[in-house]
Amino acid sequence: MSMILGVPLAVLSGQLLLGVINGAFYALLSLGLAVIFGLLKIINFAHGAMYMLGAMATVILFDTLGVNYWVALFVAPVLVGCLGMAIEYFLLRRIGGQDHIYSLLLTFGVALMIQGILTNIYGVSGLRYSMPDVFKGGMNLGFMFLPYYRAWVIVMALLVCFGTWFMIEKTKLGAYLRAGTEDSQLLQGFGINVPLLVSLTYGFGVMLAAFAGVLAAPIYSVTPGMGSHILIVVFAVVVIGGMGSIAGAIITGILMGVVEGLTKTFYPQASSAVIFLVMVVVLLIRPSGLFGKEA
Amino acid sequence: MSQAPQKEYEQLRVSGLHAFYGESHILHGIDLVVNRGELVTLLGRNGAGRSTTLKAIMNMVGRRTGSIMINGEETMSCPPHHIARLGVGYCPEHRGIFSELNVQENLTLPPVVRSGGMALEEIYNMFPNLYERRLSMGTKLSGGEQQMLAMARILRTGANMLLLDEITEGLAPVIVEKLAEVLIKLKEKGLTIILVEQNFHFAAPLADRHYVMEHGLIAEEISAGELEAKQAMLNNYLGV
Repeated sequence: MSMILGVPLAVLSGQLLLGVINGAFYALLSLGLAVIFGLLKIINFAHGAMYMLGAMATVILFDTLGVNYWVALFVAPVLVGCLGMAIEYFLLRRIGGQDHIYSLLLTFGVALMIQGILTNIYGVSGLRYSMPDVFKGGMNLGFMFLPYYRAWVIVMALLVCFGTWFMIEKTKLGAYLRAGTEDSQLLQGFGINVPLLVSLTYGFGVMLAAFAGVLAAPIYSVTPGMGSHILIVVFAVVVIGGMGSIAGAIITGILMGVVEGLTKTFYPQASSAVIFLVMVVVLLIRPSGLFGKEA
Repeated sequence: MSQAPQKEYEQLRVSGLHAFYGESHILHGIDLVVNRGELVTLLGRNGAGRSTTLKAIMNMVGRRTGSIMINGEETMSCPPHHIARLGVGYCPEHRGIFSELNVQENLTLPPVVRSGGMALEEIYNMFPNLYERRLSMGTKLSGGEQQMLAMARILRTGANMLLLDEITEGLAPVIVEKLAEVLIKLKEKGLTIILVEQNFHFAAPLADRHYVMEHGLIAEEISAGELEAKQAMLNNYLGV
């Protein structure tokens, strides 16, 4: 068996794969955060809860209504997106224009409430969700074993990330979003219904989180607390990438997953700290983030 | 823009307009009327409330009281995007070019609010520089080009009442001349224009009427014909 720096290739590539998968989730989540932050200037602390809701909805829809994975992949994000728009319309809009700390506290409170209610009903130990049969098994690539579902997660996450990037950078709707990010008042003065754009953007951002949740359901344990665990890491990723950069959020997400995976291979003790270490270094050298604009 | 200018058609009537930014009371009861096809300026020193008047018409200031009628319709409760859809094109101070959008995206950003706007081709004919630089990012343009872009942007939408805030500020004389030509063309097309202007020599030959503002009030109304007779008084107001 070939070795790289004293580590068997299969172990290294296995950890790299895990890293890319984690990175795919980081990318989807930080992308949603970046989209929301850009237009609403809100740090969405409810983002982890929306990810969790996506995963929980997938399991609950299956258990109660027999809704299968493929339908859930579409329905769960839409349901969570609608909930997000309701949160924006009934709550966030009322504190628009106030200090950012209010929206941060509000979204944090909403997250705690959602998490608390679900813990009350389903407990903390989590729900079981079995993978669709088509994804059972995997293929041997020679140097490693690639489970089909993991490959699917990576492909889907990349497709959705690319689609979102394309929508924002290359379409008319995306031009509205970019213009609104810079000066939403002027955009509205040109005749664009900015309040509606804000609702849709928040809904879309949390939809991305819920989509990540559906992808996570078959491979991670689905618990009401799953969102709060990942959210802290995702915030670090967003800080590293720079708030508000779309491509930056995607690239940094995947990169940090890989960095985490590599650390797990060579120095496992540091694996849960490495992202925060990178964050500290980035903050010291380039406070606006790798892809952020210099302030 | 096919309608011939009907001078008597009242396009804008502002009465008793007060506006506030937080605690500060900026406009203290503005009254003004602009008829269709007129070019009217708001003159005055810095801080007199001219830009705030335009913003208040767009519903872009904090709190307002009074009345603003556009085409005979009361707009005090309309959100800004509805006001734009009544055919109002707003060109803000400092131009408001979006740096994250390229020239063409900036140009096509505002939706068409009425029929009769200029086609993209027509606009590129009027401003050939913009065509050459259509793929550059908006704020990479020179100040003059950015101003052309800011103007061109609202001409595409078919807006028939333009609110232009300090469009000549900081621009070279040759660009200012070009802007004057553009305004004359727009006037010929029958557009209504409200011009906030520091550069009196630019505004004077173009305008039908002038409103002089001081301390958030209309201090004086001067028609183009009276300008010579009232020059001394005007100089006094403007502090020149």
